[in-house]
Amino acid sequence: MSEVGTPSAEAEPLLRVRGLAKHFPVRTGLRSRGVVRAVDGLDFDVRPGETVGLVGESGCGKTTTGRMLVRLLEPSAGTIEFDGRDITHAGRRELRPLRQDLQIIFQDPYASLNPRHTVGRIIAMPLQVNGVEPAGGVKARVQELLEVVGLNPEHYNRYPHEFSGGQRQRIGIARALALRPKLIVADEPVSALDVSIQAQVVNLLRELQRDLGLAFVFIAHDLAVVRHFCQRVAVMYLGKIVEIGDRADIYERPQHPYTRALLSAIPDVTKLGPAGRIRLTGDVPTPLDPPSGCRFRTRCWKAREICATEEPALVSRDGGGQATACHFPESGPVAGESGGTAGAAVEEVSK
Amino acid sequence: MGRSESVPSGQTGDRPSVPEQRSGDAPYLRVNDLRVRFNTEDGVVRAVDGVSFTVERGRTLGIVGESGSGKSVTSLAILGLHNAKRASIGGEIFVGGRQLVGLPEEEVRRLRGRDMAMIFQDPLSALHPYFTVGRQIAEAYRVHHPRAGKREARQRAVDMLGRVGIPQPARRFDQYPHEFSGGMRQRAMIAMALVNDPDLLIADEPTTALDVTVQAQILDLLADLQAEFHSAIILITHDLGVVSQVADDVLVMYGGRAVERGSVEQVLRRPQHPYTWGLLSSVPSLHGDADAELVPIRGNPPSLINLPSGCSFHPRCRYADRNGDRSRSEVPELRPAGEEGHLVSCHLAAEERTRLYREEIAHVGVAR
Repeated sequence: MSEVGTPSAEAEPLLRVRGLAKHFPVRTGLRSRGVVRAVDGLDFDVRPGETVGLVGESGCGKTTTGRMLVRLLEPSAGTIEFDGRDITHAGRRELRPLRQDLQIIFQDPYASLNPRHTVGRIIAMPLQVNGVEPAGGVKARVQELLEVVGLNPEHYNRYPHEFSGGQRQRIGIARALALRPKLIVADEPVSALDVSIQAQVVNLLRELQRDLGLAFVFIAHDLAVVRHFCQRVAVMYLGKIVEIGDRADIYERPQHPYTRALLSAIPDVTKLGPAGRIRLTGDVPTPLDPPSGCRFRTRCWKAREICATEEPALVSRDGGGQATACHFPESGPVAGESGGTAGAAVEEVSK
Repeated sequence: MGRSESVPSGQTGDRPSVPEQRSGDAPYLRVNDLRVRFNTEDGVVRAVDGVSFTVERGRTLGIVGESGSGKSVTSLAILGLHNAKRASIGGEIFVGGRQLVGLPEEEVRRLRGRDMAMIFQDPLSALHPYFTVGRQIAEAYRVHHPRAGKREARQRAVDMLGRVGIPQPARRFDQYPHEFSGGMRQRAMIAMALVNDPDLLIADEPTTALDVTVQAQILDLLADLQAEFHSAIILITHDLGVVSQVADDVLVMYGGRAVERGSVEQVLRRPQHPYTWGLLSSVPSLHGDADAELVPIRGNPPSLINLPSGCSFHPRCRYADRNGDRSRSEVPELRPAGEEGHLVSCHLAAEERTRLYREEIAHVGVAR
């Protein structure tokens, strides 16, 4: 289990996450009503220069995970190792040198920039806070960064409101790059943008990743965007990773029923008309009281008794990099593509 | 949704000459040269500028566009939901043969909720948190059925909740919106919109706030309900995937104007406008080469206060220079694009458009 999702051990992982959990207590007044297990035991690695996608629907814990990775949230259990150091409970002072290597890009390009600060000041802030003196001066570095993200360096003195949504997201990216980080956690970086702008930003992130050799944890609900950006993908459901593997494993040979349902639920522009997709019934259950055993079983068409009593472990079937937490994993291409398994699944669900 | 693949035109009863579209089997909704303007301190915002389309019963029109394209403003104008003090509305809107532009507010209110209804993007802000879900649906019924008693309205609401797939509808009737999950809330809002059997249903990004697995359920539900109620549906969305799945016809809007219109087959398979090409090639796909670069549309969407001259897409268009200065100086009209029912507003010659699409666009992204 410990090497799950690690195809080979050639490179020491930059980020090593083991048993990571976050439980939020829920109270009504003074009475405790239990805990929300937002993230409940994650294991994964990110190697230098690697892009790992965390995907799943709302409430699956992907954003909470991202925030724990950059230590904006305190983990309840488990460990986070970054560059060989345990940072799980590192204090502010211990984190300071790491902040340079570990940055975050937020979803909302409107809320994540201070409207009273000029763009120059916003991008220079990480340099100041960390006491970094760039070679050619702060201004030169900021202008260089503006150019890197495709903005006019002359716009140094403008305010966030003078920029469009896509341009603001570029400013957020420039800020994340200011300290030359090794790993960027990007939390839904393009989901607030219009389609035409989304493609611009995805291309920019890809270019930066290639040119600067950055590692990414890319958090998104849009599986098509993730496919264009990530080398490895972890699918989350109710605080757990249900499947992890290389891009081709996840998109072409998914084994977990949830991964297959998720992929087949995406409306595909290349197909006209109602799709023969797997229909999942119901909504995601509340993480306050997750189902026993396999958490997906309440919506799964393959669920049997064992699914309610025994939690499936995230294990590789063939010893390779693809690991699935399921008692009855699927095989073969995605439902809906070949027709075979899709038909069967749809029939079973509709019963 | 009521797709008829055998009809190539997609828009029966729609002659190519744009502003006039009168025909024998009158479409339930006919919008003619709609113009919506807002006076603001910064100037006049031309949110919708001369848009025309029709929707028949049993068919679904998908209106596609990015933020600021005017798609939501169009739908609010049809429902008469713009504040008359701030917005000036011109053109014609015929719903079931009745012209709504200029109609007194009370008469529009009588039609709204009965003949036409709307499903909003965010069910949490569209449902009142203080009243039970059932009470809100029952009230929507009683407003238009003043003689209906409380019990009858309750029964009707419970029926509707069951119809949209809410389990244990009688128990759910007495619950508050916060006790419903996101998907259930959206179902409840659909129940409320359909409680009076409207002939026209406008759904404004009905699944954008939902997860994909729930979105799939809601799209299926809308299709089923349309088959049952035979209403005309307008589906407003930015998601071309959603359009490809449920729409019969598509209207692409940009900067408050219609740039392309036709059957879903025509617009998504044989698109004619460079903006539609741009949308299609910038969407990441689940198939094909995952390492291929996406081809974004350069630049940013225009400001509606200060629209670019001529074709408002010209600053972002890769082909704007092919007609001398025309794209910059002359607003292109929505004209027949070749096939029946397919309209496009672009100065490029038809043969050149077809050639460009075949040679430069068709192999990129999901446009393939």
